[in-house]
Amino acid sequence: MPVGPFGIDPLIWAPLRLIIAVGLALFLVLNGALLQIYLERKIQAIIQDRLGPYHVGPFGLLQTFADALKLISKEDVRAAATDGWFFVAAPALVFCPMLASWVVLPFAQDIVGTNLNIGLLYLTTLGSMTVLGIVIAGWASNNKYALMGGLRSAGQLISYEIPQILALVSVVLVVGSLSMIDITRSQAGPLVNVLILPFPFLIYFIAALAETNRTPFDLPEAESELVAGWLTEYSGMRWGTMLALSEYGNVTVVCAIVTTLWFGGWQGPGVDAIPLLGVLWFTLKVYAFILIMMWIRATLPRLRIDQLMSFCWKGLIPAALVNILVVATLALAFPTTKIPIAIASWVLVVLFVAGIPFVQRRRLRVLRARARASAAPAVRAVS
Amino acid sequence: MGDSDATPAQAKKLNRLNTMAIDEKPRARPIDFEEDVIQRRPVTTQAGMGTADVTAPTPGVLANDDNIVFTTVNNLVNWARSRSPWPLGYGLACCAIEMMAASMSHHDTARFGMEVFRSSPRQADVMIVAGTVTHKMAPRLRRLYEQMPEPKWVIAMGNCASSGGEFWDSYSTLQGVDTIVPVDVYVPGCPPRPEALIEGLLRLREKIMKGG
Ligand code: SF4
Repeated sequence: MPVGPFGIDPLIWAPLRLIIAVGLALFLVLNGALLQIYLERKIQAIIQDRLGPYHVGPFGLLQTFADALKLISKEDVRAAATDGWFFVAAPALVFCPMLASWVVLPFAQDIVGTNLNIGLLYLTTLGSMTVLGIVIAGWASNNKYALMGGLRSAGQLISYEIPQILALVSVVLVVGSLSMIDITRSQAGPLVNVLILPFPFLIYFIAALAETNRTPFDLPEAESELVAGWLTEYSGMRWGTMLALSEYGNVTVVCAIVTTLWFGGWQGPGVDAIPLLGVLWFTLKVYAFILIMMWIRATLPRLRIDQLMSFCWKGLIPAALVNILVVATLALAFPTTKIPIAIASWVLVVLFVAGIPFVQRRRLRVLRARARASAAPAVRAVS
Repeated sequence: MGDSDATPAQAKKLNRLNTMAIDEKPRARPIDFEEDVIQRRPVTTQAGMGTADVTAPTPGVLANDDNIVFTTVNNLVNWARSRSPWPLGYGLACCAIEMMAASMSHHDTARFGMEVFRSSPRQADVMIVAGTVTHKMAPRLRRLYEQMPEPKWVIAMGNCASSGGEFWDSYSTLQGVDTIVPVDVYVPGCPPRPEALIEGLLRLREKIMKGG
């Protein structure tokens, strides 16, 4: 009789694995959103020298619970002029791709919904499907701010999808597989991918911030410009599903991708002896990145929409293309060792970071010259 | 002032009353919620989870204010609503500055879960009318109030929003926001300090807790 993982019959193990994975996914999405909103508020408060929620429950832990309960019991407004079914369906369309992505996230050695051999492709595809729900929400609301927010979001997400996928390609080139499990397996030991490919990690992380609508790229919900962006007309739990569950679920998915691709996923001390320890390592790593995203949110102001787009098309995409060229050439030239790739990638990181001030200065010079030229007639008239 | 015909003791007492700090003064009667706030509430369109007497905490172990393990649905929902009233940032004039200050690090309404200022009325619970309401703004205010989903509350912050304040009898100013929307809590002052606003929010919290 064949023996599966943990010494369980594979026939029983297969459905059991599915149940465990779905249970973990739902648990992490629903409770994760509660926990992350609390963390977000608390951490922002600490960074801003405040106390944050602390009167509701011990240390304010029940704050998001109260929020959720309130949102559920709130009236669900649907204006007469909205586009009936689409308005109702949009939250589901935003939520479902996010939940479906959890199928391929490897929580531990054998705790994964399914080991798709195109796991990474599946994840990126689902990631871009969220845009559909957002645009539908913006359109169906019949509200000009919602529509503008939705279209902005479409432009932003589609643009940032490109550097994101280009960054993922270089990892796939080095590892040689699209399966999340294989990618994790290839990073056994201390040599995780981020040491070999730091440059695509940098690009991916920046693009992922934009992909999940996090500050400094949270233009679709920019409060000072568009009331609440594509969410303007939504109230109650419909809004809660869209914003809280989907946004924080997406953040978790993105952080899980980063963890799996660059930081060794569930690999960590002691996972060979106790495979379940992988869940702990995976969760810890994912939450570390979530905390970094919150830190960024509390630190940086919002970009302008043209800066956002030009940063993507003139900065990130060329950089990602150069990265692919370099990694592919070196992978062909030195098929046995990864050291040249690592050196080249670190050099690219240094060049990218050091190049930003130069580019910035040139841009400022051009802008100033343009301003001077347009002001010239007025200056002449005065003098 | 007629100080001349007062006895020295009386004069001393008067003098002390005039110079003592505001919080040393003898307290007025403490606010009785049932009588002062709930009974005097203007007619509103609100659909709360029930009237005050239905949801009043039952004496005994099972349903009291702080017990959320064994409770009635009404009490649980009222607890949740009272613990996360998200304000609609409706800053109209000088009072808005104090409203902002109330959510900043020094006063930090986030402690009570009230820092989530929503810019869309669809997601807000409490409308804090902070400032002077002109006749031109009044229809917008009423409209935003109607766009908020039930249950909803209104705080009139400052003298202007409460009664017209220093624009009393002005040709262009609304004489109190309660002429167009039902107000739950009045926060007097010109401008009220952030502490006063927080006090108002906490009073509102107690009121919501009682089913208002
Ligand atoms: S009450 Fe005073 S501070 Fe407040 S808006 Fe009116 S004038 Fe300004």
